[in-house]
Amino acid sequence: MPAIMKTTAARLSALYFLLFALCAVLLVFYMTSLSARMLTGQTQDTINDEVLGLARAYQRGSLPLLVRVVEQRSRQPGANLYLIADANGQILTGNVQSLEPGVLDTEGWTTRPFSYHRFGEGELERQRDAPSQPGAKASEGEMGHNAIALVLRLPNQMIMLVGRDLGEPERFRAIVRQALMLALGMMGLGGLLIWFFVGRAALKRIDGVSEASRRIMGGDLAGRLPVTGAGDEFDRLSENLNAMLARIAALNEGLKQVSDNIAHDLKTPLTRLRNRAEAVLSGRHKVADYRAALESTIAESDHLIKTFNAILMISRLEAGYSSESLAKVDLAAAVADVVELYEPVAEEAGVAIETAVNGTFIVDGNRELIGQALSNIVDNAIKYSLDAAGGKPAVRVGLERKGGEVLLTVADNGQGIPDAADRARVTERFVRLEKSRSQPGSGLGLSLAKAVMKFHNGRLDLLPGDPGLSVVMGFPERMDH
Amino acid sequence: MPAPRTTGIGYNGAMKILVMEDDREAADYLEKAFAEAGHTTHVAGDGETGFALADSGDYDVMVVDRMMPRRDGLSVIAALRSRGNTTPVLILSALGEVDDRVTGLRAGGDDYLTKPYAFTELLARVEVLNRRASARESETVYRAGDLELDRLSHTVKRQGQEIVLQPREFRLLEYLMRHAGQVVTRTMLLENVWDYHFDPQTNVIDVHVSRLRGKIEKGFDKPILHTVRGAGYMLKAG
Repeated sequence: MPAIMKTTAARLSALYFLLFALCAVLLVFYMTSLSARMLTGQTQDTINDEVLGLARAYQRGSLPLLVRVVEQRSRQPGANLYLIADANGQILTGNVQSLEPGVLDTEGWTTRPFSYHRFGEGELERQRDAPSQPGAKASEGEMGHNAIALVLRLPNQMIMLVGRDLGEPERFRAIVRQALMLALGMMGLGGLLIWFFVGRAALKRIDGVSEASRRIMGGDLAGRLPVTGAGDEFDRLSENLNAMLARIAALNEGLKQVSDNIAHDLKTPLTRLRNRAEAVLSGRHKVADYRAALESTIAESDHLIKTFNAILMISRLEAGYSSESLAKVDLAAAVADVVELYEPVAEEAGVAIETAVNGTFIVDGNRELIGQALSNIVDNAIKYSLDAAGGKPAVRVGLERKGGEVLLTVADNGQGIPDAADRARVTERFVRLEKSRSQPGSGLGLSLAKAVMKFHNGRLDLLPGDPGLSVVMGFPERMDH
Repeated sequence: MPAPRTTGIGYNGAMKILVMEDDREAADYLEKAFAEAGHTTHVAGDGETGFALADSGDYDVMVVDRMMPRRDGLSVIAALRSRGNTTPVLILSALGEVDDRVTGLRAGGDDYLTKPYAFTELLARVEVLNRRASARESETVYRAGDLELDRLSHTVKRQGQEIVLQPREFRLLEYLMRHAGQVVTRTMLLENVWDYHFDPQTNVIDVHVSRLRGKIEKGFDKPILHTVRGAGYMLKAG
């Protein structure tokens, strides 16, 4: 039982059942008391009418006529009760044989129903019960009927009682009580049925979710929670949890990739560093050689530090930055800054940078990160425009609004990356295409740019230019634009 | 101004430096390296000791590690600032995100360097922070030998002859002249002249500097903008 009560469905069913039962009981009690009061009122009206008739008889013929009328009416069948007693309460006439003691002591309406025995009927009962139950007289009061009455004292101190049997209202009340019990029973049954079907269905689905999450915790990281397609709250919950699991899996994958990269791509230069130091240590060299070796060691370490910082930066960006670091950034200004920064380098290399930017292009972003991503891309574009097939190497930087996006395009007129698979691959960490191996660089520039764009809820696309390569940074346009 | 020694890098008089660093080895290295450059160093191994030393001593510059036992660096800096201590602070941190830099500078730091760093970079930044050398902020005309830069009229003259510079070249020269006689690294230039805090992949800064050098040295017999090998640049007359 406690195990059953541990399910939410059972608890809710029980709670609802109790609340409904309470309401039903209250309602039934209110109804019965209301109707009982109405019936009592009706009974009192009838008694009042009787009393009025008897009072007229008393006025016309004084006591003897009253007694005669009472005796006459007592003989008629019906629910009315009549009784005349002397000043001491001794019954003189009427159709009441006996009644609860004390009823005749106070004048006016009886405050509560009292029990009585009627002439004839009481005799019959007693005759019937006598042979088998000699001691039945003791239970007389309990076996009697209930009635309400008006007690009056006549001018000669005699007592008159006019009443009416409550048989009908009593029966009504019994019926209502029976109906109430039946209704409560049915409600109980209904509650059980609801718990059984609804509760069990909910329980089954929750158990399914628990089971799936246990499997996932057990190592099945690709596992997902069941979604029935009903679109209800359970499905919504499962969908959200699945989205969360997917995000965790992606982060996990990123972390794994980082550690793989660190293992592969940092170990190589570290080994090189170590070997070089070892080579210089063994054997005799001139002081200048030691100095040169130390200097190259420092240069190599600096390069390692840069690479390491870039890897960390990328994984932090991919893990999601706090949105607090976003502010309004004018991409036109960012382009102007970066182009200005690279212009002397380009000029020295013989590459022309053209910008096609009109107006301001405000996006939500981080100026620092956008500047870094853009400078990586411009840096690449300058390097790879150098192998331009014909004409002067050139880099074009453009800004435009298109389909809810602000597109920042950096295009070069170099050889480009003809293969679509290569274009997709080149933004991965440490991926360097064969022909670029000779160029200086860590293979992280585009990965960083891609991570920056992902951080800005944007995209980084590499498109084939004609000739060359177009790198498109797509920023979502600001909502209030 | 005492005659600059040329044994160290960009040396501008001995400084008293307080280093708050919990890594004993790193602190020893810094102490030794600063001593070689002619500076005196006091080391505090945790935040509380650092706070007590900084509060009582008169230091020219403080180098504060962000993560320290007993009390973290940012809280030490904030507490010192609230007590009216204005000693320049360089924050060292293993955290290197853009936000961390902002938080660090907001807490009262004057510069921020991410670990791992090159000592030449740290030394150059510490020497630039030295409060006795930073009085030039308020000057309107910077002079270095026969070179003169007027910050109000935006004019540059050498030997009385006007040199026309692009706005960015002007800012570059302005920064170099403000720290004349001190080593300025490439990242310091990128930070202070371009307001970017990343390592550019290629030698973009070098090309800017060599362009500027061409303008201020061409036609004059003496070089004034020097390259300091393995560190950066220094503007120095004579």
